[in-house]
Amino acid sequence: MNVLGISAYYHDAAAALVADGVIVAAAQEERFTRKKHDPRFPHHALRYCLEAAGLKSLAEVDRIVFYDKPFLKFERLLETYLSFAPRGFMSFKTAMPVWLKEKLFLKDLLKKEFAKHGAMEVKNLLFSEHHLSHAASAFFASPFEEAAVLTMDGVGEWATTSLAIGRGNQLEVLREIHFPHSLGLLYSALTYYTGFKVNSGEYKVMGLAPYGEPKYAQLILDHLIDVKDDGSFRLDMSYFDYATGLRMTNDKFHRLFGAPPRTSEADLSQREMDLAASVQAVTEEVVLKLTRSLAKETGQKNLCLAGGVALNCVANGKVLKQRAFQDIWIQPAAGDAGGALGAALTGYHLFEKQPRMVNPRDAMQGSFLGPSYSDDEAEAALKDAGAVYHRLPDAATMVETTAQLLADGKALGWHQGRMEFGPRALGARSILGDARSPAMQSVLNLKVKFRESFRPFAPAVLREDVNDWFELDYDSPYMLLVAPVREQHRRTMSEQEQQLFGIAKLNVPRSSIPAVTHVDYSARVQTAHADTNPRYHALITRFKQLTGCPVVVNTSFNVRGEPMVSTPFDAFRCFMGTDLDALVVGNIVMHKSEQTVRREDYFQSYELD
Amino acid sequence: MEFLKELWGFLRERKKFWLLPVILTLLAIGGLLVFAQGSALAPFIYTLF
Repeated sequence: MNVLGISAYYHDAAAALVADGVIVAAAQEERFTRKKHDPRFPHHALRYCLEAAGLKSLAEVDRIVFYDKPFLKFERLLETYLSFAPRGFMSFKTAMPVWLKEKLFLKDLLKKEFAKHGAMEVKNLLFSEHHLSHAASAFFASPFEEAAVLTMDGVGEWATTSLAIGRGNQLEVLREIHFPHSLGLLYSALTYYTGFKVNSGEYKVMGLAPYGEPKYAQLILDHLIDVKDDGSFRLDMSYFDYATGLRMTNDKFHRLFGAPPRTSEADLSQREMDLAASVQAVTEEVVLKLTRSLAKETGQKNLCLAGGVALNCVANGKVLKQRAFQDIWIQPAAGDAGGALGAALTGYHLFEKQPRMVNPRDAMQGSFLGPSYSDDEAEAALKDAGAVYHRLPDAATMVETTAQLLADGKALGWHQGRMEFGPRALGARSILGDARSPAMQSVLNLKVKFRESFRPFAPAVLREDVNDWFELDYDSPYMLLVAPVREQHRRTMSEQEQQLFGIAKLNVPRSSIPAVTHVDYSARVQTAHADTNPRYHALITRFKQLTGCPVVVNTSFNVRGEPMVSTPFDAFRCFMGTDLDALVVGNIVMHKSEQTVRREDYFQSYELD
Repeated sequence: MEFLKELWGFLRERKKFWLLPVILTLLAIGGLLVFAQGSALAPFIYTLF
């Protein structure tokens, strides 16, 4: 039985296909259209999923499941506007045309779009709920037979937080917290207030938090959010504008914090860092309380997480450390793109009542669920693009050459196998560098990715060595857990260095792997596994033999504001538009110094995130 | 027609019949709003739908 899941018309559009219980393919539309967070109908991703499953058209798909319920969302919109009326008329006037023209008739719209991919019967089109999709993507793909499930995000239809319990092929939602009370939107409000773009700048706030002190945490707890002992919460909506206005926060909020919001791209001050630290601390407090009470209530040993807030890997690391649950598993595509996968899994297990085979690793196959390219296909594309390249005879030679380049301090693009599903680069579309190099972080931030200098990079470490380098002895294949660098690898700071504040802190090397050590000695760890990504694992193993260090820098293969590269051509284009030293596509290696095509003004092509 | 049937089914399931006149009025006058301006998601800092 083939079940297709679709997420679209909200944040990140995506398609995912489950065939006889196996996740065959999943991809985000943005990777094909090259428009970050593209919400349009995922024609490219859908076509790819059909191809990957060997299906000629949609006629061969048994069920299609859309990841949320438009009528329910419309109900929420109407009731919200009515309850706040007459406040919110401007927002109402702006929102209604979109609904009355399009979104209310989503089923018709979907039918028209699906018709472009082959005939399908209307009765085969079903709708899941937003948070049920998230919960399904977390539980059904997890390695657990039974688990408690927590999903948190901005908002779906009504739910912003939901607690569920999964057993076998069953998933039951126990409780929900409803809009406008939303932990995700509180974080987004502070993201907006600190001058970052909502829905993409949240991870910058998380990255900024260690530079600050949580000076405003009590203010947030006293005025903005009322958190109960079991982690349930309510926001004081008199401080927020998002329910009825066009902005996130209002004048009362700005008065409370004593200033208007920072304008984007203005200089960051200690104040923004303290605000970031404060909202991060409050978020962690809520998540820890919620997970503690969920463990107590359900008696479950395992926890699954999804929804945008589950991408907050600092909070996740603390949930793991708290040990209210023995094991936790986080869906790598925790955002709305993952809703497509959750919808497909909901269709297969809940609607069709099909049995579930639990995979002891998990069902995500390392999240390598996107398109791949053979060396022949890559060579043809690179030749067309005018690349000067060396096609190496086999993977072993490629690994040897690449490890040597890394050990020589080169920053390189790494394009191997199937593309990742979800927001993180996990070693298929990655930029890699030497974690020991003190200059690597600023080189990658300023010359390669063209992004803010305060942002840290993540380490990829061999699973077998993770505990030697980080205070973590746990699988973290999806880079969703943060853990401190081990004491013995840290560098003692001089008194003068300890006095430094804010961004100045960053330039002081804090460990023997400075490129991936944040100012509080934390690191967003990815463990590399031989079974899910053998080439990546082999590369880091060889790097370790050459240098004694089993850690490399891993960051997504893109520039700021650009979706991650997908094809070999995208990879070459990004390589030529940045200061990357080398590019490795399959067994094909390219050096920047040998290229003859003209460099383009690449960074300007993408809107800043 | 199918849309109205489904909308009715939805209101019955949710026991929110009071929304029916609101939605029908909106649909009736909606034409004016729809044709008065195009799709406008841009002004929202964060679109909640």
